[in-house]
Amino acid sequence: MSDKNQIRQTTMAIEAKGLVKVFGKHRAVDGVDLSIPQGTVYGFLGPNGAGKTTTIRMLATLLQPDAGEALIFGHDLNSETEEIKSRISLTGQYASIDEDLTGIENLVLIARLMGYPRRQAKNRAYELLSAFNLEDASKRQVKNYSGGMRRRIDIAASIVVTPDLLFLDEPTTGLDPRSRNQVWDIIRTLVSAGTTVLLTTQYLEEADQLADRIAVINQGKIIAEGTSSELKSSVGTGTLNVTLVDPQEREKAIDVLASKLAVSIHPASDPASLTAQVADPSLGAEALGELAKENIDVSTFSLGQPSLDEVFLTLTGQPMDEKEEEEVKP
Amino acid sequence: MTQSAEMRKQGRNDQLLDAVASSKRPSPPNAFNSSVTFASRALLRIKHIPEQLFDVTVFPIIFLLMFTYLFGGAIAGSTSDYLQFLLPGILVMTVAQITMYTGIDLNNDIRKGIFDRFRTLPIWLPSALIGSLLVDAVRYTMASSIMIILGLILGFRPDGGFIGILGSVALLLIFCFSLSWVWTTLGLIMRSEKSLMMVSMTVLFPLTFVSNVFVDPETLPSWLQGFVDINPISLLVAAVRGLMHGGVTGAQVGWVLLASLIFIVIFAPMTMYLYRNKK
Ligand SMILES: Nc1ncnc2c1ncn2[C@@H]1O[C@H](COP(=O)(O)OP(=O)(O)O)[C@@H](O)[C@H]1O
Ligand SMILES: [Mg+2]
Repeated sequence: MSDKNQIRQTTMAIEAKGLVKVFGKHRAVDGVDLSIPQGTVYGFLGPNGAGKTTTIRMLATLLQPDAGEALIFGHDLNSETEEIKSRISLTGQYASIDEDLTGIENLVLIARLMGYPRRQAKNRAYELLSAFNLEDASKRQVKNYSGGMRRRIDIAASIVVTPDLLFLDEPTTGLDPRSRNQVWDIIRTLVSAGTTVLLTTQYLEEADQLADRIAVINQGKIIAEGTSSELKSSVGTGTLNVTLVDPQEREKAIDVLASKLAVSIHPASDPASLTAQVADPSLGAEALGELAKENIDVSTFSLGQPSLDEVFLTLTGQPMDEKEEEEVKP
Repeated sequence: MTQSAEMRKQGRNDQLLDAVASSKRPSPPNAFNSSVTFASRALLRIKHIPEQLFDVTVFPIIFLLMFTYLFGGAIAGSTSDYLQFLLPGILVMTVAQITMYTGIDLNNDIRKGIFDRFRTLPIWLPSALIGSLLVDAVRYTMASSIMIILGLILGFRPDGGFIGILGSVALLLIFCFSLSWVWTTLGLIMRSEKSLMMVSMTVLFPLTFVSNVFVDPETLPSWLQGFVDINPISLLVAAVRGLMHGGVTGAQVGWVLLASLIFIVIFAPMTMYLYRNKK
């Protein structure tokens, strides 16, 4: 490995200290520290109004921090915005494209503004439309796109020139599961090509699926940080729900699971059901296997991840909803 | 998922991987190219939303007909005499009023997310505004041509001839370009389209109506005359009348250019400051 590569790898994509943004009297971002290595996916997890968008906008040079400092690839956020702009790209929470133009017109526009000559701009636009499965819609106005297509064209516009660092603000909020999976695939592909991604989300599952590390943010502060499994174990465990065909077999089922899985089992209010706390989702599958071996028939079975509400409840002692009401601004 | 769907998906991902890997960063466009690109965006928007052209086609026609026939008899006794006096003024008024839409378009861009995208691009930022102002100049030229041609049909006979008309339209475009920066500043300050419209109207109505557009200021009470005389719209109307009918003075044109310069010197830097630092 060359010396240059050595340096590249030791420079953080984002290194932030004490970022603050105040709107009026409201501290929207209240002392955020970040350290995000290149080539990784970092997830910002938090409810509405937590300060995710504001933090991203500061890091993307769109909003001046009131305090604190940040280096993006070693460039100072305050004084070297041009260098930073040439390496980052942002897909905002709301469509950052011209909805009155067609898909192809939008991508050509961005490509031209990036400096591609006319012809290459067009080629690049078609290449991306096809890679994002949008070629059939290329000549339709974006305002007639479905939610998933809109997200895809928006991300496509962000990678007309592949950025070193991509900000994705709630990339899947409001999408159906199929579109969400498509966006996830796109993000994974970008990361495999070496792009660093900072994404925000309100869903623990999304952060879990995509992010190497997660910061839980609430009221402008990071209240927990770590890998997904670190977070989950700090928060508690998943919940396994099993309903048996025959309520008579419940005692036996509890014994089997308790001895084989070494987890605590609780009979539920339904006489045929039981619940168990499991730290590792793969134990869920094992539990099913054990019950089958003992010829205990299962009618329904589910494994719930700790929800963001549970994460929240544990970290803050308050459910998420109450907080949102406090967020109503003058 | 079926096997073929799985394969298709893999194909897409490979294609995407290729697209991502093959991208090389071109050198950023120069100010001219990015301005032209933004202008082409504005033209595409007109193509997709042709109703936008209403205010430069239908409105000027309605305004000219309405005021000529409504006031012509009452104020001047004859519509054709009044038209000689009115056309330069109504032309200025109409075109000055449509400059307002520059601010509204910008305001819309900001409230939608595309403004953020432009601001993270490595471009010379003013080009976003210059591009749309360039296309606005085309719109103003359209409005002016329609009004002048309709005027000629209705009996407008400018003594200044073709050269006078060209000169007056050029002066009008310079003034409107400068005035646009007022609206872009307001467009960046106001939060909603509604409040922006209201403020813009509040500025425009007194400026255009309390002027020499409809009547000779000699007929006004002296306190009002004072305002009419320094109103930049009046200065422009006087110069345009002079150019169209002959007898324009260097001072008349000079005042308009000075007023334009003042608008630009104050509001262009303000717009750019707000544009860069918009929250
Ligand atoms: N431009 C602004 N002016 C005033 N308050 C704002 C502005 N932008 C965001 N806020 C407030 O700051 C807080 C954080 O907002 P935001 O960063 O958008 O949260 P999130 O993206 O996590 O939902 C919210 O309470 C929001 O109302
Ligand atoms: Mg947000």
